[in-house]
Amino acid sequence: MTEHTWQPTASLAALRQRAALLARVRQFFAERQVLEAEVPVLSRRATSDPHIDSITALLNGDAAYLATSPEFGLKRLLAAGLGDCYYLGKAFREGEAGGRHNPEFTMLEWYRCGWDDRALMLEVGELLRTLLDIETVESLSYRELFLQHLGLDPHTAGIEPLRECTAENVELSFAPADRDECLDLLMSHYLEPRMGPGITLLYDFPASQAALAKVLPDDTGRPVARRFEAYVGGLELANGYWELTDAEEQLRRFEADHRYRGAHKLHVYPYEERLVEALRAGMPECAGVALGIDRLLMLAGGYRRIEEVIAFPVGRA
Amino acid sequence: MASYSTNEFKGGLKVMLDGDPCSIVENEFVKPGKGQAFNRVKLRNLKTGRVWERTFRSGESLEAADVMDREMEYLYNDGEFYHFMEPDTFEQHPASVEAVGDAAKWLKEQDICTVTLYNGSPLAVTPPNHVILEITDTDPGLRGDTAQGGNKPATLSTGAVVKVPLFLEIGETIKVDTRTGEYLGRAKDD
Repeated sequence: MTEHTWQPTASLAALRQRAALLARVRQFFAERQVLEAEVPVLSRRATSDPHIDSITALLNGDAAYLATSPEFGLKRLLAAGLGDCYYLGKAFREGEAGGRHNPEFTMLEWYRCGWDDRALMLEVGELLRTLLDIETVESLSYRELFLQHLGLDPHTAGIEPLRECTAENVELSFAPADRDECLDLLMSHYLEPRMGPGITLLYDFPASQAALAKVLPDDTGRPVARRFEAYVGGLELANGYWELTDAEEQLRRFEADHRYRGAHKLHVYPYEERLVEALRAGMPECAGVALGIDRLLMLAGGYRRIEEVIAFPVGRA
Repeated sequence: MASYSTNEFKGGLKVMLDGDPCSIVENEFVKPGKGQAFNRVKLRNLKTGRVWERTFRSGESLEAADVMDREMEYLYNDGEFYHFMEPDTFEQHPASVEAVGDAAKWLKEQDICTVTLYNGSPLAVTPPNHVILEITDTDPGLRGDTAQGGNKPATLSTGAVVKVPLFLEIGETIKVDTRTGEYLGRAKDD
């Protein structure tokens, strides 16, 4: 069969489903008085995340970056007093391509002032139930998931037992470097496939994986990241935080990320010092979450690969 | 030898893993939103035929395997080796019993097979999809009703045993699909 590369890879039915889904998302937030906001997709500053690379563009001859998420822009708007708001648009990540990834993708991200991660997690569950017609919602902690399936506590297990457990359950070409690499491997290769077909809300991540979430003691007194993820049938859909509002801690995390990237010979991007300034000026206490719209559409329409829901994925863009 | 990075892995690419030549079957990019990126890869070991699953860190690379498929004519079996010849250069390659494997029961002299060479020596042999072979042994044919269903085993000149319709006799030549071992018809029907 001849391939006509001018044509979309998604069916017209999938593209109509996309339009309907976007309309329903906007309606969901309109009913809740959450404001749609736009932030720059092209910026002179980039994410510091150790595991996310930005796509570099030229702006007046200087390096600029395509946003990997609207987070910094939205937080500056929160500090300016805009209140509950969301972004629904494109985000970009270098090198992420596969059956569930496209370097350019559609992201929904929203913030709720005065809420914590637990409250926002429930709203994520509500949005998913509304859009996917799924009734089953299970919420459990990261620790409970590991205990249930692997019998080990991800917060306290030593590196050796973790390495052994990883080697037993995942065929690897390398020895995992640290605890987080073991945990990531177990999560993506062993635990995600064992999640139920419904909505799974997972909370209280290891403190070492806090990203931009608050770190607080859990009910056992152990410091955990107040971060959550939402999965449907084991497919990762959303990642949320009870947001860090401490400017000095934010600066320390940016600098720690820079050291990590430097030590691992990864490109070191300029971090967003205007976010630190916004936090110093005072960002309201809030919770925020980002959700992948393309994957949501895959689930809603029963599509197996991301190119079935994107008109022109990277291979045809 | 060249090497390939995980982002170049695609179906059919030949690479070395644990000292054995392998063919990549599937390559899945796995990345938790806030975690490291991995590639979960399925590879067929070309020596054993077994499929391996292996996870790599994204950006890792594997050495390319010196593996190529060639069309060759099957010449003869000397009791130890099966001999194949490249039709354009007349170069001959002896293939071991292990390399020939299950293909042995379909090999007829002068048929064109696909011989997989690894570092220049035969690693595997794939017979033609369709072969024409003579029936050397089968129960006597049932004359008359050729539309009647039912079948019987027949031994072919190469040693393969296939199920054939009841009316066929010793000495007839038939066409067989080597991938399924299925009888396709009398050779003269073509």
